[in-house]
Amino acid sequence: MTAAIVPVADGVAAKVWASATGRIGVVLVALVLAMAVLAPLIAPANPNAIDVSNRFAEPGLAAPMGTDHLGRDLLSRVLHGAQIAMVVALAVIALSLTIGTALGIAAAYAPARTERLFLIVFDVISSFPSLVLALAMVAILGPSLGNVISIVSITFIPHFGRVARAQVLTLKTAPFLEASRAIGVSRLRLVLVHIVPNIMGPLVVLASMDVPVVITIEASLSFLGVGVRPPLASWGTLLYDGYSYLTQSFWPVLFAGLALSVATLGFTLFGEALRDAVDPKQRQVP
Amino acid sequence: MSARASPALRYLASRLATTVLIVLGAMVVLFVLTLLVKGDPASVLLGPQATPEVIADFHRRMGLDRPVHERLALFLWNVVQGDLGRDVVSGRPVLDRVLEVLPYTVTLTAVAIGLAVAIGVPLGCYAATHPGTRGDQWLAVASVSVIAIPNFVIAIYLLLVFSIWLNWLPVLGTGSGGWGDSLVRLILPSTALALSWVGYIARLMRTSLLDVLGEPFIRTSRAFGLTERTIVYKYALRNACIPTIAILGLGVGRLLGGAIFVEIIFARPGVGKLIYDAIGTRNYPVVQGSVLVVVVLFVLVNLAVDMSYAWIDPRLRAGQARDRADA
Repeated sequence: MTAAIVPVADGVAAKVWASATGRIGVVLVALVLAMAVLAPLIAPANPNAIDVSNRFAEPGLAAPMGTDHLGRDLLSRVLHGAQIAMVVALAVIALSLTIGTALGIAAAYAPARTERLFLIVFDVISSFPSLVLALAMVAILGPSLGNVISIVSITFIPHFGRVARAQVLTLKTAPFLEASRAIGVSRLRLVLVHIVPNIMGPLVVLASMDVPVVITIEASLSFLGVGVRPPLASWGTLLYDGYSYLTQSFWPVLFAGLALSVATLGFTLFGEALRDAVDPKQRQVP
Repeated sequence: MSARASPALRYLASRLATTVLIVLGAMVVLFVLTLLVKGDPASVLLGPQATPEVIADFHRRMGLDRPVHERLALFLWNVVQGDLGRDVVSGRPVLDRVLEVLPYTVTLTAVAIGLAVAIGVPLGCYAATHPGTRGDQWLAVASVSVIAIPNFVIAIYLLLVFSIWLNWLPVLGTGSGGWGDSLVRLILPSTALALSWVGYIARLMRTSLLDVLGEPFIRTSRAFGLTERTIVYKYALRNACIPTIAILGLGVGRLLGGAIFVEIIFARPGVGKLIYDAIGTRNYPVVQGSVLVVVVLFVLVNLAVDMSYAWIDPRLRAGQARDRADA
């Protein structure tokens, strides 16, 4: 049961911290999370307060990162951007991890034909160029935070489904599962109590590796104007606004790009360190 | 089919079947999306002043008065015949509009892949033959950074530094002067697109070359007194290339997606720019058609990569194709 997962989980934190890149990852991730959680408290100004008389201000005491083309305080917008990025990333990962795992387990226990159908559907979904398809879908269905989250989640479900299925297949014949079945443990209980905890390791690793990808997709969609709607401050929106006025001021692009890069780099380093700590054999690119 | 060829043929057949399924899936998704568009397409396109007769006529012409399954069948049939619908603004066939700009996107993507391979492979070889050195460590840091940083951020930063601050390279468009000009204008966009793949390829080459260099046949070659250069570049590299080629198939799809941003940021014509502009003007047939073309292009490249994979690695032709492809 859970006993099997303990030796794996044990020492993972220490191993992640032991590698230099893992440490950097943890620090950057902590920084981004802190930005997201504390944004309403530490933002020096209302991120949407327009002050046209003060547009393109240079960074200074009043506005540490300067102001954008509408005179809005950049630092506050970057901080709130962290919030959007984290909300979307966590929602997408939670949704696709849950649904993907459930489908993967179902596939592993389904009759051979149904299982094959699951795999084909997973294959088809993951063979799409997901960003392009997500772009078309959000564009046609209308941009909103909810649409972005649900559409991006769909493209990530096969990822988790396939790994969950493979994990269950290796576990299926384990003596403790046969034993629990023999003493009459119900199917639902078998799955929730005995299977799920034992297959979580690789799935959590996969989830952490997907976080930077989700952050990038959200920023990309927002950059194209089909992500979160203004005046919400997504890093992608900030980058687009900054890009449009690049010749007037480069500060918005510089800081928004920096924040986005810190987040994706931090989560990438953290995810890779976690993967190496949990299962060094999985080491491969990408 | 003969007994010897059958596993390979079966693999080919199953790959072809999946490819058809993917394209079919994409068409159905794109069709369903148009059903979900809020509001009647007729009133959106014809404007509020359209009379009921005009709207009814529009419905008849677009086939909107028929049941959904008939419309889906009609849509699929039209696509198979190469009819992707009409641009609602200019009235021109969508396929023409896509084919017009496709060469720009293909050129950009191809140059980017070429760059990524030309830079990534030597870097990976260097890292694998000097493991643990300073150079290897710096390459590892640089690779993970370019992989992690989204390529539209890289594109904007390149634009800022090289075009606006240093004023070295022309900023936007594809240029109207001859070959030289177009080539110069390709430098920044293709670099922006290629950088993250330089990182991927360098890392992958390093890992797989190190793997191959640890194999017994390399030890044997060393025992035979072959030079290190011959061993690495003649024997090991060929084997180590296989994972890289496999990843390139994936790369083409990601690069096509990335090309959208690069085209917008550098104001280049291309499929990405076409999709983006069509979204802005709610020109849904163009969005639908261009996305379909991108999907088809993507799966065809993946198919080609899988085939070339089998050609480079003879073990696959012997029949372990499926296992390898799954791994």
